[in-house]
This record gives sequence, C-alpha cells and structure tokens, in this order.
Amino acid sequence: MMFKTQHGLLCLLLLILTACGSGESNVSKGNREGILHWGNAAEPQELDPHVVTGVPEHNIIMALIEGLVSKNPTTLEPIPAVAESWSVSEDGRVYTFNIRSTARWSNGDPLTAEDFAWSWRRALLPELGNQYAYMYYPIVNAEAFATGELQDFSQVGVKVISPLSLQVTLTHPTPFFLQLLDHYSMFPVHRATIEKFGQPGEANTLWTRAGNFVGNGPFMLEQWDLNKVVKVKKNPQYWDASTVRLNGIYFYPTENVTTEERMFRAEQLHYTYDVPIEKIAVYQREKPQQIKISPYLGTYFYRFNTRLKHLSDVRVRKALAMSIDRKSLVENVLKAGQLPAYTITPPNTLGYTASSQLRYDPAAARTLLAEAGYKDGEGFPVTEILYNTHEQHRKVAVAIQQMWKKELNINVRIHNQDWKVYLDSESSGNFQISRASWIGDYVDPNSFLDMWLTGGGNNRTGWSNKTFDYLIQNVAPSAKTKKQRYAAFQEAESILTDELPIIPIYTYVSKHLVHPSVKGLSSNILDTLYFKYMYLEPESEPRSAIKP
Amino acid sequence: MLKFISGRLLQAIPVLFIVITATFFLIHSAPGGPFSADRAVPAQVIKALNARYHLDQPVWQQYLTYLGDLAQGDFGPSFKFPGRSVNEMIFGSLGTTAELGLYAMLVAVIIGVLAGVVAALKPNTAQDYVPMSVAMVGICMPSFLLGPLLVLVFGIYLEWLPISGWGDIPGDKILPAITLGASYAAYIARLSRGGMLEVMTQDYIRTARAKGLPEHIVIIKHALRGGLMPVIAFLGPAFAGLLAGSFVVETIFQIPGLGRFYVQAAFNRDYTMIMGTTIFFSVTIILFNLLSDILATWINPKLRHQSGGAES
Repeated sequence: MMFKTQHGLLCLLLLILTACGSGESNVSKGNREGILHWGNAAEPQELDPHVVTGVPEHNIIMALIEGLVSKNPTTLEPIPAVAESWSVSEDGRVYTFNIRSTARWSNGDPLTAEDFAWSWRRALLPELGNQYAYMYYPIVNAEAFATGELQDFSQVGVKVISPLSLQVTLTHPTPFFLQLLDHYSMFPVHRATIEKFGQPGEANTLWTRAGNFVGNGPFMLEQWDLNKVVKVKKNPQYWDASTVRLNGIYFYPTENVTTEERMFRAEQLHYTYDVPIEKIAVYQREKPQQIKISPYLGTYFYRFNTRLKHLSDVRVRKALAMSIDRKSLVENVLKAGQLPAYTITPPNTLGYTASSQLRYDPAAARTLLAEAGYKDGEGFPVTEILYNTHEQHRKVAVAIQQMWKKELNINVRIHNQDWKVYLDSESSGNFQISRASWIGDYVDPNSFLDMWLTGGGNNRTGWSNKTFDYLIQNVAPSAKTKKQRYAAFQEAESILTDELPIIPIYTYVSKHLVHPSVKGLSSNILDTLYFKYMYLEPESEPRSAIKP
Repeated sequence: MLKFISGRLLQAIPVLFIVITATFFLIHSAPGGPFSADRAVPAQVIKALNARYHLDQPVWQQYLTYLGDLAQGDFGPSFKFPGRSVNEMIFGSLGTTAELGLYAMLVAVIIGVLAGVVAALKPNTAQDYVPMSVAMVGICMPSFLLGPLLVLVFGIYLEWLPISGWGDIPGDKILPAITLGASYAAYIARLSRGGMLEVMTQDYIRTARAKGLPEHIVIIKHALRGGLMPVIAFLGPAFAGLLAGSFVVETIFQIPGLGRFYVQAAFNRDYTMIMGTTIFFSVTIILFNLLSDILATWINPKLRHQSGGAES
C-alpha cells in the first residue's frame, strides 16, 4: 500500500511539474503563424448550409463557402463574389448572373451555374427539411416546390443559360433579393461529394466531415473535433486567394460566456462571441480598445396575447407600452449601449428609420387605463410576463413589473420557462405577455414587418389588420422607387405602433472582446463576418491581463 | 463470487428496463419538441423532420422501435446534431470524461486518504481539526465556485497553469482534475478518518502494537486495510458520480467530454441523446456499484465469507 501511495504521489507530482511553465499563448502563437483563435459560442450542429440554422454554424460556413453575391463588410451593400457581375431586367424580376471563370471548388473542380441550380434544388427538397427554404420564396414556384405541390424543378425560376450564366426569375420585384444570396441557405454545395455520401435529400450524411468536405470559400475544413475545435485553413483554390491573409481559423465552442472571457484574458482567444454583462463596464474602463460594441439588427420586445379579453383592448396595450421607461432600462439594467426602441424595425435599416407615435408618458398611460375601466389599476386582472429562463430576461421583466406597479398600480407576475417549453407556450398561445426578440435575416424593413401579417407563423399575438396586410403584401412589393416602398413600410409600421400587439423595448447591440492584433474586422449591423479581409498584426506592447 | 456477480447483473436488467421506459415516456410527454424553434418552422419542414426521426408514429411504436434498435446496440441518430449518431457522440467523448474522472479520483483518493489518516492519528487535536475543517469547506464548496477561483489564482494571476482545454497545452488537465476531485477528496477524508478511528480501537491493532511493530507498519499494514473499507464502498458510486457530474467542470474548462451533452440534450429535447446518455450513465452506476462491492468483498475476509459459496 505504501508503495502504491508513493507511486500515486509521484505521478501527481510529475503531472504538476510537466504543467508549469505552460509556454506560449494561443494568441501569440496564432499571431506568429497567422491563425485566428475564435470564440464561437457552441458546437456546430452541422456544416451543411442547407440544414443548419444557428449563428455559430453561420460563422464557420462563411469561411468555407461563398454564394453568388457577397456583401461589403461595412455597408452590407451587395458586391460580386462567385458571380463577377449581374444584370436585372427592367421590371426587376429577372436576374442574370455571370459566374467568374476562375471560381473553383476546394478540390479544384470548376464552379458552374449548374452547381447553383443543383444546390438550390437540393435546398428546396421537402425531405431535406431546410428550415430556411423560405429564403427562396421570392423565386417563381420555389414555394410550391418546397412544399411538395410541384415536383418538376424546371418550372422553378432558376435556369442555367450556359456553364457560366445563371438566370433567376422572381414572382415579384424583390429589392432585397441580392441580400438573400449572401445567406448560407443559398450557398452552393458540391454535388459529387454529396452524392458520394448519400442522397441529396438526406440531412445526416458524412459529407461535411473533415477530409470529405468540399467548399468554395476562402478557407477549407481541416479538422473537426467534436465539442473541442473546428479548424479551417486557407483555400489555395479560392478565386480571390490573394486577398486572404490568414493561414487559418480555429473556432472554439465557447458555450459559457464567463469561461470565454477568461480564455480571452489568458490570451487563448483573439475574439469572443459575447461579453458577460458584469464585465462590460470593467473593459470599458480599463481596456476600452479591446471591447467592441456595435448596433445590431435585432429588436427586443414583448408580445401581447390579443385573444385575451383585457389585452384585446388597445387602450390597455398602449397604457402598458407607454409606462415603460426604456431609457432607464437600457442605462440602469442592460448597461451595454442598447438603444430604447419605439418601433419594431431598428433605426437605419438600410436607410429606413421609422417614426413612431409611441412615447414614455405615464400620465397618458394612466388616463388610457382608466378609460379602459381600470382606474388606478383597480380590477385589472393579474397578468403574467412569460420569459425563457435567462438572467437578463429576468432582470428586464422585474424592472418592467416594477414600472407597471409604480405607474399603473397593476400587479404583474413574472414566470420563466425552459426554452423549449417557452417556445411551445408561445406558439400555442398559452401566454399573456411574452418576451421575444427578432433578428433580421437580411437588411430590409420587410424582415421585421412581414411577420405581423394575419396568421403569420411568427405573429403569435392573434392580432390582425387588413390595411397592414395590404401595405406589406401589395403596396410595398409593387412600389416603383425605394422612397415609395419605404413610405409603405412607414405606414404599416405606424399601424403597428398605434395598435401595439407588441411592445418594442430596445434595439440590440453586438458585444465582443477583440484582441488588438486582429485587423480588418469591420462591424456591421448584421454582425456578419467576412474572414477573407481579416489579418493579424502582432502588437508590440507586452501582455497585460485585466485584473477585475 | 461468480454467483454473486451474475445475481447482481441479473438484478440490473429490470432496473435498466424501468429507467429506459420511464425516461422514454417522460421526455416524450415533456412540453416542447426537438424541432420547436424561435422562428416559425414551415409545416412541411416539421413533417419531413418528424418522418426522418419516426416522430410521426404513435409513441408506443416509437418506443418499440427504440427498444429494437437498442437491442442491437444502436442509440439512434442525434436530433440536435443531424450528421452524428448518439453512439459516436457518447463513445467519442467518453475517453475524455473517463480520463478526467480518473485524474479527479486520483486527486480525491490521495488527498482524502492522507488527510483522513493524518486526522485520525491524533483525534481532537489541531492535526485533526485543520484537515477536517478544510474537508468540510471542500464538501460545501461547489465546483462552479472552486473552478473559477482556481482559474483566477493559478491561471490568470500567477499564470502557472492553463485555464481551459484538454490535452492541448501541457498541464491543462491539472485544474479540472483538482476542481472535480476536491469535493470527493473531502468526503473521502471524512470517511477514512471515521474508518481509521474505529479500526484503531480494535483488538488486532492493540495486538500488533503489543508485538512491538513500529507505528507506521501498524497503520499501513493493519489499520488501513480495515479503515479504508468505507472509502472503498464509496469509490464505486463516486466514480460513476464523477463521470455523470462532470458537466460543470467540463463547461468551466472547455473540455470536450460527455457531461456537456448530458445536460444540453435535455434542454434541446434531443430525445435519442437524452436516452443514450441516461442509459449509459445508469449502466455506469450499476457497474461501478458492483465493482465496489466486489472490491469490498475481496478486501474484507468477513464479507468474503458471507458471499462465499462454493465457487470462490
């Protein structure tokens, strides 16, 4: 026994000795080797662009695959990618894309118009279960094909004119169509690789594993260790390889935001996916150059269940919306530079900033509530705010609960549910007021407004307004100019903020910690990353950790 | 002994069956499905996904299909990670969790036994109070507090040890092993102290001393064997607990282990993954309990005699 104990102790000692003096940090090694170490929030579900739905997957796919059109990393205006140019017919319905002859897959195969047509057909196959199939719906007959009503893909508005020319016909002029082409659900996939590992409509084959994956982006998949790291390296076949300065990127599934921040402090990461709320002030005070907070195309809001008697009264909804002090909420509770929101569409969404009649006015709110029959909150049914379990949502709900008690003298309960249960409650209408958020799929007011159409899957409030529907479905799509189109959106948004089936609360910001050696990282309101422009420039100053 | 082992294994079958059945029907009756999402998912997509995972069949039929697959050792495909099977995910990350558990156990046994024995040698003195007070703090301190504390001190301030990863940087396994092992070390310290105190008053210890044996021989050769019995009984369930309870440590230290799947699967309603990890951990707990019983029987002649039988 003595011998065994000594042996164990010796092992432990050796273990500790080998540990000390752990050497070079990821950041300093990465700077030397051109490898970017990236906090990516979660293990990717998959790397198939027609199957995945999350931001962590999006980030990796943006490194591995490229669509017909890309975006300017700052302004998000469409710029050429696989298509070197395109033309649009006068009626705005027919797009012809000219694919560059230098476009290649990472295995050297040429990339052609046929690849896009095949990939888009696959993305719409009903059996694949692509949750983003609706991104294709502006294309003629795409919806019918995706829902299985139409079997013949040749009737869908996608036509191969020549190996380097692709024609796409839309049902209506869709000004944001080019924006959609940079969404991963419209990215091409390599036919031979997919067919080698299964059927096109199969979502769970091995084609996305390292060693099998063939893409066309600035990087190619090198290694994928489950729950540990996804490594990509520079793709020499990429048509614009000379622009790419990084040799590789390592994506880490940093699920815990506190762990991620510690990894950043210990220089194991160049970039974090998020910043813990309690650390924002510390960084802003001590290392302002390392924290990056930018406006984000997302709105935090509360849904009313307008099917309930007391919440079906617009005066009640207005009273509740007008008695929230959003400025105080963002400054004292959220503290990360979020903007108070009075409209659902975030300000400056591609030049569109909606005006709103909604304001903070507790006195008017009390009058409205009295008119609705609840003077001084008397007789107001106990109402519940539902939110998915998360500390920040709780803080917001508690603050709003107190504001309503103080200003309107009404009693509100707050109730949290696990994410999936909450989703179930919300979609089945089993709530009174529920927390919600919406992040734009593309930069256009339509992304925030068409969800409120009567019976829309994301509406969930029970609210319906015929004029609103007409403006979104008929007036905006047929507008001849951007001004006319935005005027239609403004009119629709005015109806929304007058009837208030929702309470806009604040506009999101994106928050990241970025090591000073990371250059070429532009910020944009979609928080979309264009890795091909990024590079590492080691700083001269020595490492200095923040001591909280 | 063989009869004892086979008897215990046979008892495990109905236990496992109940665990499988209860888990299966509980998760299928929980609100929220694996494909509920923030954004409305078109009906045809839900239909395709339900068909892919047989969720369009009645629950009892799904249950029978699952049992059939399970009998062939197939845990099915993951709902959350479409390209991966549950078998691949469990067995692909089991090595890491087992390695972490082993190191944590090493830490727990070495520190725990040493502290317990040292304390038992001079009961009710400072030599007893100090390690036992530390052990009490260790039991009370959760790993989500101890882990970040160790990281702050040894990783961020002193910069002696890496703060995350597993097998990437030399020494990155030390802090997780200590964090996970600490509370078990504390338990073991208290158990071995109690065991040793009891044994030290036994006649055979007095006899050993009377024979003139040096004290360290008395302790190591005679007292420890009996004194550590409670510890050995604890080791089996403890190791199973280390494996199943590694979630927090794996998250704090960014370790690609099995524990992370266990908790995430429940949040994601990843039915097959919940089933797979539950079954796996149940089997682990059953086996390690059995192992610890076998070990206890082997060490303790009294028990060996009781479970005896012709075959041993």
